[in-house]
Amino acid sequence: MTASLRMAPSGGGSPPGAMLLQETRQLAFTADDERGRALRFREAALPHLGDVYTLARYLLRNPADAEDAAQECYLRAFRHFHTFRGGPIKPWLLAILRNVCRAEYARRGALAAVQVDGVEDAADEVAENMWGDASPSPEAVSLSRFDAETVQRLIAQLPDSFREVLVLREVNDLSYREIADVTGTPVGTVMSRLARARGLLRDAWLAEEKGS
Amino acid sequence: MTCEEARILVHALADGELDAGHAREIEAHVAQCDGCAAELAAAREMTQALRAAPLGFTLPASLSAKIDRVVPTPMPVTNRRALLKGFAFGGVASALAAASVGLVVLREGQDDRILGEAISAHLRSLQADHLTDVLSTNQHTVKPWFNGRIDLAPPVIDLTAQGFTLIGGRLDYIDGKPAAALVYRRRIHVINLFVAQGLGEASSTPKLTMMQGFNLLRWNENGLNMLAVSDLNRDELEEFGAKFAAAARAAAQS
Repeated sequence: MTASLRMAPSGGGSPPGAMLLQETRQLAFTADDERGRALRFREAALPHLGDVYTLARYLLRNPADAEDAAQECYLRAFRHFHTFRGGPIKPWLLAILRNVCRAEYARRGALAAVQVDGVEDAADEVAENMWGDASPSPEAVSLSRFDAETVQRLIAQLPDSFREVLVLREVNDLSYREIADVTGTPVGTVMSRLARARGLLRDAWLAEEKGS
Repeated sequence: MTCEEARILVHALADGELDAGHAREIEAHVAQCDGCAAELAAAREMTQALRAAPLGFTLPASLSAKIDRVVPTPMPVTNRRALLKGFAFGGVASALAAASVGLVVLREGQDDRILGEAISAHLRSLQADHLTDVLSTNQHTVKPWFNGRIDLAPPVIDLTAQGFTLIGGRLDYIDGKPAAALVYRRRIHVINLFVAQGLGEASSTPKLTMMQGFNLLRWNENGLNMLAVSDLNRDELEEFGAKFAAAARAAAQS
């Protein structure tokens, strides 16, 4: 008796928000929770596919792997959509994508990982020097405009942790707080990595100008 | 504040990420430190230079199809009450749909009438949960289903690899004649491909028409009239027609 009374308020009813859907045929889904979930997920997540794929391209530096990673990201996101607690969905999707990409790094093997770490360490040293007292301030020269492909290539050459933060900020347009959530690092670290990333990219940019 | 700290914080300033108190502090430092001022200018310049180029990557068409397989578009429910609710609350969408059905009746000329009927059939298939009679992504299931139901053998082609997912088939009527409707999906867009006989002249080269906001593609295939209707954009519908026609011809020759 008590059990059935307790059940009553939660039974029946339509999923919230379903009535906001605009098209006639979409309104027909209110009866079915599972269909409503798929629809809500598609409406919320599909507009960010471009951002997800772009980040995957920058992180994995390979179109085929990026496509697979984006697909895996949406599969995982759909499965875990019930754990999404509202707010902007883009950082949530990008965090999942980043995990997928890190799994891909691991799959690519220990050798590659060592190489990546090595590059990063070297870059860290370069960056430390750049920020030391003796380092010169950036020269007041204006950067030439390059086409998108050139800029994409220059960004692709940045070490992993700097490239990631730079892309999340400059391409995916996330706030520092969102980048911190996506990468699982403190905001202070995001800030210093972004500063270094811009410095490294500026160096590469100027070198490209000289070379071209 | 040391220059070492300031040279990081100027980036946060350039990005508008600092609260008013910290922003004032940094601005005060920058005002009297040439090095940090140059760093701030460089940060702003870099952001501007990056914004000048479109740095996103174009989505490959194959990816959308893959996502559709991972997260399928739900099909409408068979539920009269839900449908009525749809009409009650659908507002603009259902009003437009109803209006377009009315317009179809008023159209003159056989070609327009046929295209109009195809659009009506397309709309009915979306609204009344009658998208498919046979629900299968397998062409070898869909094709035999038409045996004995219609006096023609529609070419049923699986175009999943090309990004158009076959989701089933249905028997429909266009211009009073039975038509085999093959249903494909591209992302969230449904394509109804009607296959019939005696729907007027058409060439073997697909011809695109736009009517009531829908794109229609007509062509002839081995003496059969093919008519594709969708809200898909014209480029992708033409891509669909080209791929279907190529695959149908390859199948006919083998």
